[in-house]
Amino acid sequence: MTKTMRALLGATALSAVAFSASAQDNVTLTIATVNNGDMIRMQGLTDDFTSEHPNISLEWVTLEENVLRQRVTQDIATGGGQFDVMTIGNYEVPIWAKQDWLTPLENMPEGYDADDILPAIAGGLSVDGTLYAAPFYGESAMVMYRTDLAEKAGVEIPDQPTWTDIRNAAEAMTDKDNEVYGICLRGKAGWGENMAFLTAMANSYGARWFDMDWKAQFDSEEWKAALTDYLDMMDKYGPPGASSNGFNENLSLFQQGKCGMWIDATVAASFVTDEDDSTVADSVGFAQFPNKEGVDNHGNWLWSWNLAIPASTDAPEAAKEFVAWATSKGYTELVASEEGWAAAPPGTRTSLYENEKYQEAAPFAEMTLNSINAVDTNAPSVQEIPYTGAQFVAIPEFQGIGTAVGQQFSAALAGQVDAETALSNAQRSTQREIDRAGYGD
Amino acid sequence: MARAVTQQRKAVNTAIAWIIGLLIFFPIFWTILTSFKTEAQAIADPPLWFSFDWTLDNYVTVQERSNYFRHFWNSVVISVGSTVIGLIIAIPAAWSMAFVPGKQTRNVLMWMLSTKMLPPVGVLVPIYLIFRNVGLLDTKLGLIIVLTLINLPIIVWMLYTYFREIPNDILEAARMDGAGLWDEIVYVLTPMAVPGIASTLLLNIILAWNEAFWTLNLTAANAAPLTAFIASYSSPEGLFYAKLSAASTMAIAPILIMGWFSQKQLVRGLTFGAVK
Repeated sequence: MTKTMRALLGATALSAVAFSASAQDNVTLTIATVNNGDMIRMQGLTDDFTSEHPNISLEWVTLEENVLRQRVTQDIATGGGQFDVMTIGNYEVPIWAKQDWLTPLENMPEGYDADDILPAIAGGLSVDGTLYAAPFYGESAMVMYRTDLAEKAGVEIPDQPTWTDIRNAAEAMTDKDNEVYGICLRGKAGWGENMAFLTAMANSYGARWFDMDWKAQFDSEEWKAALTDYLDMMDKYGPPGASSNGFNENLSLFQQGKCGMWIDATVAASFVTDEDDSTVADSVGFAQFPNKEGVDNHGNWLWSWNLAIPASTDAPEAAKEFVAWATSKGYTELVASEEGWAAAPPGTRTSLYENEKYQEAAPFAEMTLNSINAVDTNAPSVQEIPYTGAQFVAIPEFQGIGTAVGQQFSAALAGQVDAETALSNAQRSTQREIDRAGYGD
Repeated sequence: MARAVTQQRKAVNTAIAWIIGLLIFFPIFWTILTSFKTEAQAIADPPLWFSFDWTLDNYVTVQERSNYFRHFWNSVVISVGSTVIGLIIAIPAAWSMAFVPGKQTRNVLMWMLSTKMLPPVGVLVPIYLIFRNVGLLDTKLGLIIVLTLINLPIIVWMLYTYFREIPNDILEAARMDGAGLWDEIVYVLTPMAVPGIASTLLLNIILAWNEAFWTLNLTAANAAPLTAFIASYSSPEGLFYAKLSAASTMAIAPILIMGWFSQKQLVRGLTFGAVK
């Protein structure tokens, strides 16, 4: 072999090594995320991450919640590998982790402080003590009410109201002639729509979805009481067409001053107190999710949007770097410095709620924290249950089952069927699906 | 008297046509109007018609948040690409069925149409897996292939209908003058069927432009067209109507403008059979 030939081969080998090293170093992460204010804000602040990690570039795929859920489920279940980081809910995390579809978030970078994550949130994202997703923001549910209307009606809503308190307040605040309705609640059918609310309400009445033998419990007295009270309250004090109302419709009604009370996700607090969009921003009070007298349960509503790394990614380390950055205490401080403390993603870290500046900027902070801390995802009902969850049952079949039941209850709210028929249909369809899935075997 | 009745009927027909036209256009009009409102104005009750502070903020926000031109370019490539390839395949297919029909031609046509009756979600997972294995996920080529196959039955059916209206005698005369198959299709048939081909082309570009199932399911960041761009502005938590309206207006504007300028051709092609 001539010297020239050797030199050429050597140069080629060196180029190949250099090229492959450079290809390994430069990584593009494709991140699937949901369209909400906090996530969009994060997209705007990623220069902070990319300047610290110049070899990592980010591509965003932003989708509406239901489309996102379908896309990421399809991709992760088929090992499509289109996404390196996924935004998923705490409903998916334990189910997917058990399927080995997610990369465990062990050995996070130094200073991440996983112990600072709120215990209720961390519990919903862990399987056998291992964290499988990092929370970006979390929420529970609470009562938001008009302090001016309550005062005018001469009612007081305690910090921990019972359903009787809520009903009395709704009655007192209702003024249908002026299009003011005492209470606005979700009615639109869907496992994440009316069934999120109704499951939490049923929890607070002492109801459960299944007994320990996986027998559906819609024929129980607790479910009957919860649904009957819900329908009666909405019929007498709710807005017209409530069976079509979800989060956004009720948000719109509340912001326009048409609801005396609204019981929904705590994230709504920042919207209804936003002076740019809400006409009632300066007269909103907060209270914990109600409970039925004698039942020590405030609904157990817990939702978090989390960043998870699919096992199919080919850049797990870079993905972990990004997840650690986006869910760190440092990111919270970055948001605060850029857009103020009120814009900090809520509901994930203890340190945020210990911060006086945040408490000052977010009048709903304390109630949000109390609501989240009251949740136990391992025991959402006061009765014995064979499942975990919160305002949902953490089994893969729940999306279908929950939506089918939600359609029955929405039809009852629209007056198409009575409560008894809706419960009986719900009982039958749920039991059929759960038997088919083999849970009772 | 008869003339008066005719005038009256004409006026009534015109009024009905206007009402129907305005009803059909109203959602688009409302979307465009909402895009100039703030989020609070967008949900105001009673709705605000023109008396609000017009703003371009939503367009600015959308432009800042998304790479509109990348989505736009993807839409152009995918819709034009799939339509052109579809036409290249469909013209000879429609010619053979229209002018050299066999015993099974009608069955073949019905079979092609029957493929449109299957809900797309029924074949989503197999197609997703095939695309994953051959590396076509999130590529424009993959979407061109899928949309070509999806729209092919419609293209073939439309062209078949137009070709059937063309007298066979003209083609026979061309053959007697020595025209081969290629010359017959390119120089005789195609020029005569230009209105039909043009309307098929336009209609398929519109169908491909608006297709929102496959384009959402088979893309991520690289090949996502304007349908994915719109989908990114809907949210179950928080007000989004004004921004979504701005995104929708930006997404439909190109196809609306194209439809406006080519409406004569489109109408002529779609009514080709009726006036002949």
